[in-house]
Amino acid sequence: MGIRERLSGNEAVAYAMKQINPDVMGAYPITPSTEIPQYFSAYVDNGEVDTEFIAVESEHSAMSTCIGAQAAGARAISATSSCGLCYMTEMLYVAASDRLPITLAVSCRALSGPININNDHSDAMGVRDTGWLMLFAENNQEAYDNYLQAMRIGEAVSLPIMICQDGFITSHAIENIELVETEKVKEFVGKYEPQHFLLKKDEPMSVGAYATSVYYMEAKRQQAQAMIDAKEVIKKVGAEFGKITGRTYGLIETYEMEDAEEAILIIGSSAGTAKEAIQELRAQNKKVGLIKIRSFRPFPSEEIAEALKHVKAFAAMDKDDSFNAHCGPIYAETCAALYAAGIHEPKGINYIYGLGGRDVRVESIQHVFAELEKIVQTGDTGETYRYLEVRE
Amino acid sequence: MSYSLKENLMKEERLAGGHRMCAGCGSPIAVRTILRALEPEDKAVVCSATSCLEVSTFMYPYTSWKGSFIHNAFENAAATISGVETAYRALKKQGKIDDSYKFIAFGGDGGTYDIGFQSLSGAMERGHDMVYVCYDNEAYMNTGIQRSSSTPHFADTTTTPAGKVIPGKMQQKKNLTKIMVAHGIPYAAQTTFIGNFKDISEKAHKAIYTPGAAFLNVMAPCPRGWRYPSEKLMEITKLAVETCVWPLYEVFEGKYTLNYRPKEKKPVVEYLKTQGRFAHMFKPGNEWMIEEVQKEVDRNWEDLLKLSEL
Repeated sequence: MGIRERLSGNEAVAYAMKQINPDVMGAYPITPSTEIPQYFSAYVDNGEVDTEFIAVESEHSAMSTCIGAQAAGARAISATSSCGLCYMTEMLYVAASDRLPITLAVSCRALSGPININNDHSDAMGVRDTGWLMLFAENNQEAYDNYLQAMRIGEAVSLPIMICQDGFITSHAIENIELVETEKVKEFVGKYEPQHFLLKKDEPMSVGAYATSVYYMEAKRQQAQAMIDAKEVIKKVGAEFGKITGRTYGLIETYEMEDAEEAILIIGSSAGTAKEAIQELRAQNKKVGLIKIRSFRPFPSEEIAEALKHVKAFAAMDKDDSFNAHCGPIYAETCAALYAAGIHEPKGINYIYGLGGRDVRVESIQHVFAELEKIVQTGDTGETYRYLEVRE
Repeated sequence: MSYSLKENLMKEERLAGGHRMCAGCGSPIAVRTILRALEPEDKAVVCSATSCLEVSTFMYPYTSWKGSFIHNAFENAAATISGVETAYRALKKQGKIDDSYKFIAFGGDGGTYDIGFQSLSGAMERGHDMVYVCYDNEAYMNTGIQRSSSTPHFADTTTTPAGKVIPGKMQQKKNLTKIMVAHGIPYAAQTTFIGNFKDISEKAHKAIYTPGAAFLNVMAPCPRGWRYPSEKLMEITKLAVETCVWPLYEVFEGKYTLNYRPKEKKPVVEYLKTQGRFAHMFKPGNEWMIEEVQKEVDRNWEDLLKLSEL
């Protein structure tokens, strides 16, 4: 049996880090992820972990130290949010192309401007094409569980991985949580044994080559393959985690989708709100359901297409905007997934919602379902690019 | 043991020949000399900022680096090597590795004085056991000779062209070595290629074997950017020292030591006339520019003399 506790999402992630006992952490404070390196440096200073903590002067250097450390043969971790993630973006690409399985905890927050410290997904979505694996959590338990699975996944495909949770909503809210015993964690995560690393005995290594057009594209194709391969790894690790904890994870979670005619796709903490909304609507005999995307990178296109193929209308919920006068990233990728699968029947709309911490209530989600119902009844999709609960 | 260039050159090369750096460039000379200061039994992980040095020595699938090497980006060689050094301490503490390693980062002046300045300052302040070497060629040479904060006053570069209204770079060179000294690091030094390379070799050895963060600033001329015939490299570095444009000094635990005092300080014009980047300063009517540079050099030299007498 696990250990029952009450922890905030940041505490839960810091505790997972402690249980894993990685080699190096390079981190820089930024709201709302600050607590993670803060809790962790207390573990370091009290001798509860073997980790060396580098209190760097910026997020750019945080990721740069992680790249150096992981290339040297260490397990390296960091944590950040918002502008901090933007600031390390250049290095995120390098970490992925160097094929270094660094683990980065992200407590998602809006981007400036206007400056705002509250939750949305603009930061994480802004780095969605950097080549990192990206898992999102609905609640504190998932943030913790995803973190415990992160290194198994990243190291299996040699890609860095981001474990995202919603700033403040889960990062600071205290919830009941079931922790895994540390011995079990260590056994599950295992040791990091890279094939090649800078400090390997009798085998020097050069990292970070200049690649001309003759080689660059092959390097990128290999990254693409690793991302494709990660889908099976995420499912396998999620199933194995289920065996020891009873909590099994996949690429997506479907909720009331068996007979759903109207569905929403969502990421992060609002999935919990959506479940509540769905329960109430189901009590009114409405055939509504939810697809929660856990893995945004790799994008579970087949799974989403399969889950949506029988619905009449869906709303993709984006907690950020691509500012393309068209739609947010979840809508774009969902439509591409359906098109690739040859599914054309469901009508789909996009909602930009919850920006800068705008509250998302059960009624907000029910409003979305009411709009979907209207679309199904009238056959008219109307405007596909919509903002939810905004003054205009 | 007394210094011998001959013995030094018998050591195994850590940067293989056949790389693509220009003839007459100071950078690979600085790298090879500094790496020769490593004791033969010691390994080193070398990091290079994005630069001529990096793109010319590690073009896939070839590397000139015989030991382990990492390139990350332009502005973060200091942070990157600090991550490697930290990993070394973490893995060694846990008994996962047993070799003895040193950590050396190289950056040009663009990657050091300018875009890499924050990363460098952070790493120096944190006190990693590492050496940061700036090979200072006084402009962004890899992108085609643009001015940096290290470019000397009035130099003609592609972003400070000697024009009809603005005659070259209007600002003085930033004094990075002093800024590094202000970090309170145990060892900082300024050097270049002189005579039998004793000065640079001994400073490299001190920098590598002084525990904690060390900084070496090496004047490393660029024949394309400075516009000199490649065989004149050593004449130019010698003149830089003899005119006190680039004094040789070191600061060990806060104590300044002047390593070389010219018997007769040569006028700065002797140095300036060797390089095409200063050619416009010799046009009639521009004498004031040379006079101004002479005053700046004199002032900096006097400051240094005072500091080394403290």
